[in-house]
Amino acid sequence: MEILKLLVVDDEAAIRSGIYRALRDFSVDFPFYEDDFEFEIIDAESGEEALSIIEKDKIDIVLLDNKLPGIEGIEVLEYIKRKSVDCAVMMITSYASIELAIRATNNGAFNFIPKPFSAQDLKSAVESITKHLFLKRMTRRMKAEGKQVRFEFLSVLSHELKSPINAVEGYLRIMKDKQAGDDIAAYEKMIDRSLTRIESMRGLIMDMLDFTRIESGKKNRSIVELDVIEIAKLAIDSIYPVAIQMNVEIIPDFPETLIMKGDGSELEIIFNNLLSNAVKYNKENGTVKFTIRKENESAIFTVEDTGIGMNEKEQALLFKEFTRIKTRKTKNISGSGLGLSIMKKVIDLNSGNVFVESEADIGSKFTVDIPLHTIA
Amino acid sequence: MNEEKRTILIADDDFDYLEQLKFHVENFGFKAIAVRTEEECEAVMKTEKPDLAIFDLMMEHDDSGFILSYKMKKLYPTVPILIITAAASVTGINFESENETERNWIKADRYLPKGIRPDQLHREINKLLKI
Repeated sequence: MEILKLLVVDDEAAIRSGIYRALRDFSVDFPFYEDDFEFEIIDAESGEEALSIIEKDKIDIVLLDNKLPGIEGIEVLEYIKRKSVDCAVMMITSYASIELAIRATNNGAFNFIPKPFSAQDLKSAVESITKHLFLKRMTRRMKAEGKQVRFEFLSVLSHELKSPINAVEGYLRIMKDKQAGDDIAAYEKMIDRSLTRIESMRGLIMDMLDFTRIESGKKNRSIVELDVIEIAKLAIDSIYPVAIQMNVEIIPDFPETLIMKGDGSELEIIFNNLLSNAVKYNKENGTVKFTIRKENESAIFTVEDTGIGMNEKEQALLFKEFTRIKTRKTKNISGSGLGLSIMKKVIDLNSGNVFVESEADIGSKFTVDIPLHTIA
Repeated sequence: MNEEKRTILIADDDFDYLEQLKFHVENFGFKAIAVRTEEECEAVMKTEKPDLAIFDLMMEHDDSGFILSYKMKKLYPTVPILIITAAASVTGINFESENETERNWIKADRYLPKGIRPDQLHREINKLLKI
């Protein structure tokens, strides 16, 4: 059994004793974890008292009222955030405004429970906060132990996988109930969209496999002498069908050969990502300039498009996992949000660098440099 | 009886989910205005007062649905708002707006999970429109 210290901060004695009664015999268990969690309940009448308890005692969970006689609950929360205290906070309050909610969420409050609440409301809220805390600490411990388990990654991933399933399921249900009538032509667009979503889901799964392999360091690398130009030509061939559809012209500018030491599949990942983005985010009748040259002891790849470009804020988000820039201009372009973060990892693995120059509505230019011989 | 069709404003960044919502809402006999971004939605709100709004929670921002609800209620306090979200399954956080207090800070009138059946949706809409 594990005991969690739970601090109740409320100026109303009745609330404090109510919470005590509701939680004193309460325990939380997980199907995948042997130990139960029970709670040692500590209470504070004011924000000031809460802060002094938080400073000397190792508190795990805080149930925090906002309206307190001295400093407000939200200030206690801000203190916890500032000092990075390892605890989970839930606001209990009856005077919640959207501003407070946003401020509290920004400061890491896990949840809100509005007053008045029943013992059952409280128990289920405490159960979910305990689970949250447990998973957070477990993730941290695993990271510290060097295990490559990534709950956050998995939860985002499950969202990304669930969206296409929901979409396809929705269309299938419409078709099953013949909600658009008996004429099969009425369903054609739905079938096309379902196929498109399944296609992009497959892409996501492939990307994800690449990503996890690289991430866990398990990707088998085979470092050989290879001709960069050969691989680049293959990459152009594979994006060609998409480029034709958009009438985008790919203009290569390569030397005859360029020999380097590296892993062919890694170079492929880099080229495929650069080229497919340059085509996907291009305008119709646009161009992609794909240049490869040798400079000092590095291979320099540049891919320059005439597409929608990005502003500075968007550029900053570029290499983060699952980040897709969502604007009106990108809404009909499918992507997993993993491509560039995979590419960045591959480039890091090869001691290389990637730079982006971009201007909204003018286009983007990606430059990658990779040393020719450093890989052992 | 009012012969004019009632208008429902729908915002969701998932193209297909939006199409399906629109399809169902039109099937129920309403007029639908479908938008895919928070930005677009705000622009529509300025010129058009819908009879009801359906917002996805996570669009450009994780709390786009909240922001839109807040702005909508500021412009048109009486327009009922439904938030449809997959958030609960992602974050484990369950927002529900069953009582007055919750409705005060979450400006939406009703919270529904994604994947809700069309007939349930129809019922919720009718309830909010008092049909």
